[in-house]
Amino acid sequence: MEISELQVMVITGTRKGIGKYLAHYYAAKGFNVFGCSRSPIDYELENYRHFCLDIIDETAVKKMFLEIRKTYNRLDVLINNAGIAAMNHALLTPLETVQRIMNTNVSGAFLFCREAAKLMKKNLFGRIVNFTSIATPLKLEGEAVYAASKAAVITLTQILARELAEFGITVNALGPTPIQTDLIRAVPPEKIAALISRQVIHRFGEFRDISHIIDFFIQPESDFVTGQVIFMGGI
Amino acid sequence: MINHKEKITQVIFRVIDEMNQQLAENQRIEKSTATALLGKSAVLDSLGLVNLIVAVEEEIEEQFGVNITLADERAISQKKSPFKTIGTLVEYITMLLKDHGNI
Repeated sequence: MEISELQVMVITGTRKGIGKYLAHYYAAKGFNVFGCSRSPIDYELENYRHFCLDIIDETAVKKMFLEIRKTYNRLDVLINNAGIAAMNHALLTPLETVQRIMNTNVSGAFLFCREAAKLMKKNLFGRIVNFTSIATPLKLEGEAVYAASKAAVITLTQILARELAEFGITVNALGPTPIQTDLIRAVPPEKIAALISRQVIHRFGEFRDISHIIDFFIQPESDFVTGQVIFMGGI
Repeated sequence: MINHKEKITQVIFRVIDEMNQQLAENQRIEKSTATALLGKSAVLDSLGLVNLIVAVEEEIEEQFGVNITLADERAISQKKSPFKTIGTLVEYITMLLKDHGNI
């Protein structure tokens, strides 16, 4: 994908894993990338600016978008990558964990969609990509809360696609398979193997699989693609 | 002393000027505090009102340096909607800015 003019992108959760990869990938492509995470990052990057914030801190998030508006007065792409997971049997899941997961994965994603759309509508162009998970369609045991939060992201994606279509903004989601990142570090290998065997294509997902799908969603030619969810590995 | 209500009214009128540029002549919003924003006599459709609210929030931020959310829980739970007319919106924004300690 070629970037024809200055384009501004926001990626959440860029300290490590998929988010860090995407920040490097899109900054190298010429996007002006704004990233965020709760703790500071251990890298520096051209075309990249970092904000230390919690994605459910409304004041801090609004400040970040104000900064983008003052600098570029535009936003082209939002990649809502930040998310947290916790695996446990439902009977052993504290309510605090439920609230924390729902808050970050649903409220955080919503807040970024809302603020991004306000900026995107100025140019009647925008691309929002949310992150769901194969845990939702596969109904993974031990991930009731995480999968439920990602089901909410799908509904959010589909309804926001309708509400924001009028502004030239598309909203889509991608559902990664297991990728070797921190998110699955604590999951037993046999669980991961069983999960991968349920995919149509039996392998771990790779970072390039993710950027390939995002490339498709965000290209200008994808203006007729909205409210869609792509699950990696053929779920 | 600066008349804050007047300043807020001018902010809203500026937003309306911008919106009117995109609207057909018979759909333009009249710049008056009596102009209805909600209800049968409102000129804006629901999306138009969304656009207006977002643009006013932004302009308030520019002019007063404060980040306010107009459609918050408080606005929704008010007996008299702050979005009834431009005048009620001015009142509501004045109250919010006072609460923030900005005026």
